[in-house]
Amino acid sequence: MSDIAENDFSQGTEVVQRGSLELTLRRLRRDHASMIALGVILCIILLAIIAPWIAAITGHSPIEQFRDTGLSPSGIPVGPGADFWLGTDQLGRDVLVRLAYGARVSLLVGVFASILASMIAVVVGVTAGYFGGMVDMALSRLTDLVMSVPFLLCALALVSAFGPSLMLSVAVIVFFSWAPMARVIRGQVISLSRQDFVHASRSLGAGPLSIMVVDILPNLTVPIIVYTTMQIPNSIVFEATLSFLGMGIVPPTPSWGGMLADASSNSLYLVAWWMVFVPGTALLLTTLAFNILGDGLRDALDPKSARTARHLKRKPKGASKS
Amino acid sequence: MVVLEARNLTVDIPTEDGVVHAVRNVSFSIRPGSLFGIAGESGSGKSVMTQAMMGLLPNADIRGEVRFEGRNLIGLPASEMRKLRGGRIGMIFQDPLSSLHPYYTIGSQIAEVLHAHERISPEEARARVIDMLGRVGIPSPADRYDDYPHQFSGGMRQRVMIAMALILKPALIIADEPTTALDVTVQAQIVALLDDMRRDFGTTVILITHDLGLLSSVADDVMVLYAGHRLECGKAANVFRAPAHPYTAGLLRSTPASYKPGSELAPIKGRPPSLLATPVGCVFAPRCTEALPHCATQPPPLRVYSDGVESLCWLEKGAGTTAPVPPRAKATHHAGQIEPVATVENVHLTYQVGSFFGQKRTLDVLKGVDLTIGKGETVGLVGESGCGKSTLARVIAGLTPATAGTVKVLGRDMGALDASQWREMRRQIQVVFQDPFGSLNPRRRVGSIIGDPFRLHGIASGEERKAKVRHLMEIVGLNPEHYNRFPSEFSGGQRQRIGIARALALNPALIICDEPVSALDVSIQAQVLNLLRRLQRELGLTYLFISHDLSVVRHICDRIAVMQGGKIVELATAERLFADPQHPYTRTLLAASKAPPAPTGGKDRVLAETRQVAS
Amino acid sequence: MIRFLARRIAFGAGVLLVLSAFVFFLFFVAPGDPARMIAGDKATEAQLAMVRKNLGVDRPVIAQYGTFLSRALTGDLGFSYRNQQPVAQIIARRIPATLSLVAGAALLWLAIGVPIGIMSARHPGSFRDRIGQAFILTGLSFPTFVLGMMSLYLLYFLPKQAGLTLFPPGGYKALTSNPALWAWHLLLPWSTLALTMAAVYARLTRGQMLDVMGEDYIRTARAKGLSEQRVVWKHGMRAALTPLVTQLGADIALMLGGVIVIEQVYGLQGVGALAVQAVTNQDRPIIIGVVLLGGLFIVAANIIVDLFYVLLDPRVR
Repeated sequence: MSDIAENDFSQGTEVVQRGSLELTLRRLRRDHASMIALGVILCIILLAIIAPWIAAITGHSPIEQFRDTGLSPSGIPVGPGADFWLGTDQLGRDVLVRLAYGARVSLLVGVFASILASMIAVVVGVTAGYFGGMVDMALSRLTDLVMSVPFLLCALALVSAFGPSLMLSVAVIVFFSWAPMARVIRGQVISLSRQDFVHASRSLGAGPLSIMVVDILPNLTVPIIVYTTMQIPNSIVFEATLSFLGMGIVPPTPSWGGMLADASSNSLYLVAWWMVFVPGTALLLTTLAFNILGDGLRDALDPKSARTARHLKRKPKGASKS
Repeated sequence: MVVLEARNLTVDIPTEDGVVHAVRNVSFSIRPGSLFGIAGESGSGKSVMTQAMMGLLPNADIRGEVRFEGRNLIGLPASEMRKLRGGRIGMIFQDPLSSLHPYYTIGSQIAEVLHAHERISPEEARARVIDMLGRVGIPSPADRYDDYPHQFSGGMRQRVMIAMALILKPALIIADEPTTALDVTVQAQIVALLDDMRRDFGTTVILITHDLGLLSSVADDVMVLYAGHRLECGKAANVFRAPAHPYTAGLLRSTPASYKPGSELAPIKGRPPSLLATPVGCVFAPRCTEALPHCATQPPPLRVYSDGVESLCWLEKGAGTTAPVPPRAKATHHAGQIEPVATVENVHLTYQVGSFFGQKRTLDVLKGVDLTIGKGETVGLVGESGCGKSTLARVIAGLTPATAGTVKVLGRDMGALDASQWREMRRQIQVVFQDPFGSLNPRRRVGSIIGDPFRLHGIASGEERKAKVRHLMEIVGLNPEHYNRFPSEFSGGQRQRIGIARALALNPALIICDEPVSALDVSIQAQVLNLLRRLQRELGLTYLFISHDLSVVRHICDRIAVMQGGKIVELATAERLFADPQHPYTRTLLAASKAPPAPTGGKDRVLAETRQVAS
Repeated sequence: MIRFLARRIAFGAGVLLVLSAFVFFLFFVAPGDPARMIAGDKATEAQLAMVRKNLGVDRPVIAQYGTFLSRALTGDLGFSYRNQQPVAQIIARRIPATLSLVAGAALLWLAIGVPIGIMSARHPGSFRDRIGQAFILTGLSFPTFVLGMMSLYLLYFLPKQAGLTLFPPGGYKALTSNPALWAWHLLLPWSTLALTMAAVYARLTRGQMLDVMGEDYIRTARAKGLSEQRVVWKHGMRAALTPLVTQLGADIALMLGGVIVIEQVYGLQGVGALAVQAVTNQDRPIIIGVVLLGGLFIVAANIIVDLFYVLLDPRVR
């Protein structure tokens, strides 16, 4: 550290360089848990990508039923073995191949729905927080309304009315996911709007759009990134839950929730444990990895949020005045 | 006889960026019944040191020895330490609102101290608390026992904190910036109360503050800390009469309160060092005007003088008493023939306030204000928090419409502008904000922040804008090379320069400075004030300067308006106002602000001893 | 205070109105003929018309909705398409199972989650904190049905194969008939629900306590010489309580409307299981009834939480 005070203030020496992408990445790289989580996520993405190759190598299509080789004479699924590496399900389908194809559904729905929900949340939150007054009132009430609705029940009602489909699943997940994040964004925007740099822009003659996009949005990147990352596992579980209840992805398209539903029907999994432990572990690993990564991202992007030395925070002299 | 004695106290705090050396090798001793002042700017380690001593910084690595009532506080078991805290040593903190628990009544919070240290019945505790509340000047204490902190004013809350610290008649009270969050007039009352209480109870007081004026008025002994080092220590009278260390001398010179008409403030150049680094020589050497060649390379010895003042410095004779004070350039305006930039006539502002349960009240913030600001002059607006000075500034800037009355800027009525005229007017009025941390967008580069006015008004773009921004950075004393940095990479004073550069960009007719230096340390304050004055001289700027601190406005303003309760109660030229205040409120304000006495020199002082200290 | 309460109740009524309209019109625009569902595939047009007239679905939709609303206000939610029993009765029979599940689990998740959160927050970055964080992340990531199925396999099926009956296979036994049997049947559902929810509460508590413990008044409490226990539990928790209460109210309300997944996994005949069955059977009056009941719980909980908030914070009184 060559940080001895300079002789002339115009020759300002470096204070610690903070907030840069480089530093964030370095913090993240030091965080072993996050790096492992990232590795797991990459593996699952790889699994989804190479699903057709897995099907080709094993020679098992995801929806093909191998009633002769995949089921025991009494109709019980076959356990993991040389032919079916991760066993078969109640119809004699290859669990491994279905798992790989199911990863596609989970990731697609999880990421897509989360990004959509975040976009809605940002638009609603920023608009409500920035304009305040009646706009805020209306949007906040709308947010409250969405949060005051028993979402899984409503999702069931929707599905029972229109029948299950992939699009409906995504729509339902998005519709019931944006509200909490919108509320957080709104709160952040309100406190940002009170900051002097927003007053400064306004007094310079900046319009609302300019303030929202140039001044406020860059300060929301951390919560947006963190919340979107943490929303992904929620969306994945939401989709799996819908499929588990038979309200999501339509069989025979493989999905992890659907595979677990198959395992659950007639308590089949009690005699075929792989039917629950294979997709269950995959689901758990995926959500866990995204949650760990989200946590790590938050710590790396916003180190002061959770780390030590909080009591060192200094208040500027007289800042509480006037 | 000493109450508390610290020897070679060192506090290191591990953080993510490295180890912060908050306090280094500090020794001092405190006589019973005395008021021991610890002075220092932010980052000097004054608060960290006392909190570490009291075991309130669990992460800190503390070395050295602190003897209190025969025991070493460092390394004392937690349970023993707890008995001392509150029982033998009371503490008072800066912000009484955040220091009191919002969900418990003040009475129960004070009684809790009694229950924690004594066996006492609730009734008896209540009686003692009420008695104590009365003694610290809470009116009808029995009724207020069950009130919550938010129901008290700032000064009353601080009285509650004092009552809490005194209730067990501790041997020592540590008051950490007890008046900084309070208004000037209340400050004086709280200091007087502390002074009374220590005489009544025979308590020793450690008063930690950045305010040298305050210390000079009450302290028996002072210790000056800088970047964790004890630079000077001695009897308050001797230190203020003739500061031995160049830093103390510099601090006194840069305090606006010690301003003499016709002189420029003498700031301490540069800024405090990083606490992560370990200096080779004297920690103050890079900023010292009297530094000798070896100051930066060899740790300074301790000089002990005949009058008991100790100084950590290479200079044998102590700091020079007369600093190189640049002469003040004569103000150029002449009253009477100046054209007005802004005129405010009978402006009222009334808010409708809805409480949580929906009842509506009206709140009169401005009650008929008249003010004229002439071209090229600086008008000061002074008053305590809530007097409406910042609101008035917003009204003049056109950011808040007045309920009644007219505001004219450059002859145009701010209330009758259409959208495009209003936007045009944004170029004419600029604002410099108080908080140098909050007024710059942390996610944008300095170049784009200063370039914002050009962007928003579509004036210059690309290389032309960049060149203009670099020019502005040079004008305010920033290195144009730092164009691409983020605000977090600058210190408080430098950030305020960025804010000023942004305000200058469009050659505005009026610059409103809203408490521009009150968040800065004294030595930095002087730099920024001098910059503002220099810019005014060179560019012919007009300022409306808002502050709660009379001494700051006196230094920079031609005329001063004193505000109280939404009205201007007195308006006079700066020197007139100080020499001959008319309104009683002005007199109260003047009496409450304490200036350190001007150093008179220490001709009779001789060097008694020189000690080498391990750094 | 009265005005505040009135506003909250009005908003709650609005939510219920929107919700009822949503489900009602949803089924009106949705494909599928309820008459055919009741009368069966072989019914003639004349029979269908009869059924429609009986159901009232031949009238304009607004009129149907009006009738539905006015009846709903008196507690009459219509009749099940499937067995013609009153919907309110069917739902009422299912409430004890759901209530038992939620109440027991809530106690359990508070007892686990809050102490873990506090332990974690008291020494941020320490080993204990990392244990706490690991618990939080795992709990948050475990889908309840996966945890439930795995628990059943590991704790019920495997021991049973070894000749050991640790837990029942599922189902619900009424508290009134045999409390011990009731608790035994609920033990696994309680733990499953509580473990995943405890993570939520541990995270919330940790975040709140980290914030609160950095406040100036905590430093004051320490400066008073209070014991660390008292500083944390009296001064710290008191300030961290409000968001916990808010979250608890919202969660309990949401779950009283049916803990769909857990009830499904453990075969508990609660409101959630009823909803799933109704969806499978396309029994629309029951779906509407369950959704409205769920909404009612949430609205009521919101009002109660708001009242608590006023009670807890002297500053808004």
